[in-house]
Amino acid sequence: MQYADEFRDPAKARTLVEEISKLAALLAKARGRPLQVMEVCGGHTHTIFRYGLKAMLPEALEFVHGPGCPVCVLPMGRVDDCVALACNPKIIFTTFGDAMRVPGSKGSLLQAKAEGADVRMVYSPLDALKLARENPTREVVFFALGFETTMPSTALTVLQARREGIRNFSLFCNHITIIPTIKAILDSPELTLDGFLGPGHVSMVIGNRPYDFIAERYHRPIVVAGFEPLDILQSLWMLLKQMKEGRCEVENQYKRIVPEAGNAQALAAVAEVFELREFFEWRGLGSIDHSGVRMRAAFADYDAERKFGVPGLSIADPKSCQCGEVLKGVIKPHQCKVFGTSCTPERPLGALMVSSEGACAAYYRFGRIAIKPVETETVAS
Amino acid sequence: MKMDDPHGKRMPGGVVTLAHGGGGSAMRKLIENVLLPAFNNPLLAALEDQATVPLAELLVHGDRLAFTTDSYVVTPMSFPGGDIGKLAVCGTVNDLAVSGARPLYLSCGLVIEEGLEMAHLAMIVESIAHAARLAGVSVVTGDTKVVERGAADKLFINTAGIGVIPAGIQISASRAQPGDAVIVSGSLGDHGIAILLARNELALDAAVMSDCQPLHGLVAVMLGACQDIHCLRDATRGGVATVLNEFATSSRVGIRLREAALPVNETVRGACEILGLDPLYLANEGKLVAVVPATHADAVLAAMRAHPAGLEAAIVGEITAESAGNVILSTAFGGYRVVDMLVGEQLPRIC
Ligand code: SF4
Repeated sequence: MQYADEFRDPAKARTLVEEISKLAALLAKARGRPLQVMEVCGGHTHTIFRYGLKAMLPEALEFVHGPGCPVCVLPMGRVDDCVALACNPKIIFTTFGDAMRVPGSKGSLLQAKAEGADVRMVYSPLDALKLARENPTREVVFFALGFETTMPSTALTVLQARREGIRNFSLFCNHITIIPTIKAILDSPELTLDGFLGPGHVSMVIGNRPYDFIAERYHRPIVVAGFEPLDILQSLWMLLKQMKEGRCEVENQYKRIVPEAGNAQALAAVAEVFELREFFEWRGLGSIDHSGVRMRAAFADYDAERKFGVPGLSIADPKSCQCGEVLKGVIKPHQCKVFGTSCTPERPLGALMVSSEGACAAYYRFGRIAIKPVETETVAS
Repeated sequence: MKMDDPHGKRMPGGVVTLAHGGGGSAMRKLIENVLLPAFNNPLLAALEDQATVPLAELLVHGDRLAFTTDSYVVTPMSFPGGDIGKLAVCGTVNDLAVSGARPLYLSCGLVIEEGLEMAHLAMIVESIAHAARLAGVSVVTGDTKVVERGAADKLFINTAGIGVIPAGIQISASRAQPGDAVIVSGSLGDHGIAILLARNELALDAAVMSDCQPLHGLVAVMLGACQDIHCLRDATRGGVATVLNEFATSSRVGIRLREAALPVNETVRGACEILGLDPLYLANEGKLVAVVPATHADAVLAAMRAHPAGLEAAIVGEITAESAGNVILSTAFGGYRVVDMLVGEQLPRIC
């Protein structure tokens, strides 16, 4: 943990916060409104709440929690498909933990499990493959979701299954890709964002060039950021500096992990197994062209959608849900009509309330009440 | 499966069948061969339908009874640092101890799934007996049921316990007062992570031992340093965060925690980082949280650190008058956040 501690030094944080506060005050005054910065990635949202960054930063700077939590943007229809697959007695349905609680129109995977479906929590697709090896008479389906961050590991798992000749393993592929989504947000007429913190883990795979259009075409600065609290503060500072100097560039704060050109090997595996879908539905954001991937025809045997068929119904979000507006930064989580009343982590209406990376759950859990920070004791200890 | 237990006794062979729960001779044999010798005490040996406890013996220890029960359903049954038997004793002993009571008697109900190896059962029973001896309590009554395959997961245990609270001790979740110090008895989350590791679900190779242990000895030395401990609770499922939220709600006070002061062992911290879990919410089976008057905090802490169950005890925060009902954590990083009640189980994050 020594490595991590370096990025959690409160003294360094204080200096950065001072710098950020000065810049933010200046910029907000010039624009006549607070600055809005979107962190695209759910991991960033989590860090912001986990370390209480919001409380350290000035009010002139607002975070907008973007669509970067794959669990949060999963549409109801896809969850229903999961439940349908899991209810097939032949199938062992495997999934990451936080995906188990996402509400579908007929309940969540957790509820399906309670009612007898064989749903198992795994920590990686390789665990699911192992289950397939150990249960040759059953069909093991892995619920593959996530952005480019998790795509390579599922692609590599499928390739390994094929190498080993394992036939009872398949993916229910719900991977999504970040670029079209950012584009959709930038095209939104309600857009008020001033800049972006780019998703570091995604860039680890795809590199930084794919973000060029944000700076070039939409004239917004973006800094690709790491996940430690100091990473986020430093990235914010870099972002505000760009704004002050009137620059719009793609900068890389996460150089220690992110190579400019990404990871060729990972990209090759992804390209071999997956291809873009025409369109993919997002919870709260509607359908976005080319924003999801499916498995190529050559891997049809490993594609649960082809192997078993899924209902594939599109189901509208409940009317009272305002997830889309929160995702686009139009309203803050607590401004949603149902926040904390009919939508809570116990009984989530919208997906943003489900995963701990979801903006609404994070607000609910970490930031619900406003308290004055106590300045003295923390730095000293 | 090893057929001999660590104490060198020969273990019985075969498996438990429905006949062992039928009330007939098979059951009698199970009781006489496995349970009686392990629990070995005159109250149980009478084999009546109830244990008869002389009141005079209780009155020596105090003026109120503490009575509690809990059921244990952990998977796997054995894990580094303990097993379901040790857990069933420590859990109930601790529920008594945190009222300030001296734990005295336990009951032990076994729900056994047909097919459990007799040797395995005997090992767990021996573990119950061993833990009870260490905790200074007697298993004086019990019950055994065998259910069909699939109706239970190998073995469930229910223990109830009786203890006596000394006169003058008033520990309650509603007694926290602004200014009081919050103390935890040691590193957080060891049990939770040990169980996750033992389930072999994590692709992690780390040595974490469960902290499963009885706490009545620790509580005794704490009370020795300060009779007027305000709140005390063992932090089991839901972890320290849940206990503190209960204190904050019951006492209508705020609690301010300092993250930097929270004892968390390196491996647990690492596992939490990887899995996106929070040690504040992880289960413990041998850790307690105390709220004590500020004037006595140092004395209590020193007493705890001098006891084997409290070597890593630490003052982690204080009770405040503002933000009543809420637990606020000052992060080591200089920010702060609300530590809310946990909803459901902690599920690891995706990436
Ligand atoms: S409170 Fe619930 S419905 Fe409203 S935006 Fe958040 S998750 Fe969606």
